[in-house]
Amino acid sequence: MKKQQQQSATTRFRSFKTRIARGSTKELLIEKALFVSGISSILIVFFIVAFLVKESLPALALGRVFLLGMRWSPGHNQFGILPTIISTFVVGLGALAIAAAVGIPTAVYLAEFAPPWLRNVIKPCVDLLVGIPSVILGFFGLMVFVPFIRDHFGGCGESILAGWLILSIMTLPHVISISEDAIRGVPTAYREASLALGATDLVTIRLLILPNARSGILASLILGMGNAIGETMAVLMVIGNPHIPWIPHSVLEPVRVLTSTIVLEYSYMVWGSMHQHALFAIGVVLFVIVAVLNIATTAVLRERTTTVIKGAVRG
Amino acid sequence: MGLIETEDLSVLYGDVPAIKRVNIEIEANKITAVIGPSGCGKTTFLRALNRMNELNGARTDGKVLIDGENIYNGNTDVNMLRRRVGMVFQQPNPFPMSIFDNVAYGPRIHGIRNNKLKRIVEESLRKAALWEEVHDRLDSSALMLSGGQQQRLCIARALAVNPEIILFDEPCSALDPISTARIEALLRELKKDYTIVIVTHNMQQAARVSDYTAFFLMGELIEFDETTRIFERPKDKRTEDYITGRFG
Amino acid sequence: MKTGVIKAILCAISLISVVVLLGVVFYILMAGARVVSPGFLFRSPDYINFEEGGIFPQIVGSLYLLAVSLLFAVPLGVASGIYLAEYAPRNIVTMCTRLFVECLAGIPSVVIGLFGLTFFVYYLGFGPSVLSGGLSLGIMILPWTVRASEEAIKSVPSTYRAASLALGASKWQTIRLVVLKSAYPGMITGILLGAGKAIGEAAIVLLTTGGLATFLPHSLFDDVGSLPVYIYLVLTVIPASREIGEAYAFGASLVLIGIFLCISIFALLLRNRYIKRLRGE
Repeated sequence: MKKQQQQSATTRFRSFKTRIARGSTKELLIEKALFVSGISSILIVFFIVAFLVKESLPALALGRVFLLGMRWSPGHNQFGILPTIISTFVVGLGALAIAAAVGIPTAVYLAEFAPPWLRNVIKPCVDLLVGIPSVILGFFGLMVFVPFIRDHFGGCGESILAGWLILSIMTLPHVISISEDAIRGVPTAYREASLALGATDLVTIRLLILPNARSGILASLILGMGNAIGETMAVLMVIGNPHIPWIPHSVLEPVRVLTSTIVLEYSYMVWGSMHQHALFAIGVVLFVIVAVLNIATTAVLRERTTTVIKGAVRG
Repeated sequence: MGLIETEDLSVLYGDVPAIKRVNIEIEANKITAVIGPSGCGKTTFLRALNRMNELNGARTDGKVLIDGENIYNGNTDVNMLRRRVGMVFQQPNPFPMSIFDNVAYGPRIHGIRNNKLKRIVEESLRKAALWEEVHDRLDSSALMLSGGQQQRLCIARALAVNPEIILFDEPCSALDPISTARIEALLRELKKDYTIVIVTHNMQQAARVSDYTAFFLMGELIEFDETTRIFERPKDKRTEDYITGRFG
Repeated sequence: MKTGVIKAILCAISLISVVVLLGVVFYILMAGARVVSPGFLFRSPDYINFEEGGIFPQIVGSLYLLAVSLLFAVPLGVASGIYLAEYAPRNIVTMCTRLFVECLAGIPSVVIGLFGLTFFVYYLGFGPSVLSGGLSLGIMILPWTVRASEEAIKSVPSTYRAASLALGASKWQTIRLVVLKSAYPGMITGILLGAGKAIGEAAIVLLTTGGLATFLPHSLFDDVGSLPVYIYLVLTVIPASREIGEAYAFGASLVLIGIFLCISIFALLLRNRYIKRLRGE
């Protein structure tokens, strides 16, 4: 027994003085490999931007003729995208307005008034539909909204209005989900303090909760805007896409947006022609618009990190 | 073995020193308690002994000698060091795995398998006085155990890598009195084989279990002596004030 | 009184939005159910005698594309997530990495499609193929896998790491044996949500594959059909009568939405279990 103890005492004595420990080279290699993967996103983004810019340089070099030009007619070598840009914003902003008008009250109701069982039914449904394939939404719009608009409002049906409706359905789950998280992220202590002071539910929501959840709601809207402008298929299928884009005068007119132009024309562009450069330049314009909106989202979120991040993690 | 000496040991967070020029000699196979008011640097001191402070980005000056080797030498393998100097934390922190896998974790990463592994797990659980309670459910989750059992599991987990020194960072602060009593009995049992350093804010606990006591205040080692002397005839006025409850 | 009215209005708006959202799904399910039959699911499309055709190559093609995209994005994304959560120092490179991950997440899919068309299809010479489409989809979901991994790893309590390191485990051992073990349900949830996006993406696949294929690809360099592209093409390009085109689009939509819902429901169930476990329930 005693001998055994002695033995264990001697085997227990080990030196930690080994400079190159077993596996430390491996550790270093792993860290390097992870670092390389880590910066892969940087490389990919650089690559994408580099390729896009390289392919679109001749068109971008047209400058004002390209960005502010009023006529797009590849057959006549005219590549002005101003009407397309304007249409894009008209479609995106309108859809966003509808999504906000419906989504924010829904978020308020779900977060503040809905009985728990109802919320537990609705919230998962909404979450489920956040990523619903846009081509299906476009198809739905084509089958339901387009004939409805044609029959009841006139025009050909494929119109800005149809685009608004479909895009607002697409952004609605985002707006509801993120806004609801932001509202629920407002600490209960604030709410109780306000109610204890004799404020009613509605006053509390209007004066305390909405201002505190403001950045989260705003972020959801900007994000929704980015999604709406970058969306391709859903819009493409319902807005008509006239051969010659124009600045619309009524919501029943068909228009053409940046994304749909690329998809409709890529298949017959000639490689190396100005037409191809112009399509890639549209890609660059899209990239820039959406990047600006994303940076805005990040900035808005950073302003109120705590509430929103809490919401996002829980959501 | 398991003799710890420090020479002018200081730990700094940024420019703020958490402990200042500590010189102490901790005997092997004894229990040494570290006491002092909150924020006096006792946990920092403990974590300096197995270089856990590095994880929070602290800077360390001076030397810590374990059996005569300075662990802050450039050629120290930190992982080997931490095998020799085990640690039990304030909150019981078992991994979200089975009881067996928790204890087997350390031996496994050091390459032990199969029967030898089973033997080590059983030995460690026995030493931690947990074997009788869990031997028929080694495969159930460690998170199902009570707080006191979890803490003894963490002790078993530390024992399984066969350390020489075990550092306890307020191991009973999250436990009820009965669990605390069991852990204290366990500590007295363990000192036969291990050098034990325990940080505690509970002076009765220090008096009950330790052979030596070190009193820290504002990052400085004020007094270090046999526990009976510290509690009966402290030399320093500040120690006396703290022990008699005049501040803290 | 006033409060009651406003609450009623809010309730009504919520119900409208939910009914509209669910209405879309049910409309597709009802219309699609009339078309879907075993023959439709297991036959190849016949562009001359349309009634004889099915969508089998499209279903399988979609799954092929998904598999390639996951094979690209998951290892890279998980490794990036581990790096960002565990190793990345607080410096300019790390900040840039996070910024570029966000940036990549925001790039419109049609732009990624354009990139895939130039780089994979023409520049690298993969042609319109499984590989081109899969890699382009992989680029699209890469930021999702990065963020999901990073978030999941960060939510692992730091006490686990401390306990493991104090036992003498190295950093990588700690990550592999403790951190990833606790984080993987969260990571899988994020990856599945990314997969749901990838399976429904039409623009990228349209630009990087041919889309009309009536056969199964035999190699990564073969052309491939896919459900989203089929739905679009059957309504626009393929010369069929409008009615048959619509009917077939409904059938394909039903299958697509079915796959999408399966992936998403599984992801959400996994997330709920994971959240419960994190809270220790």
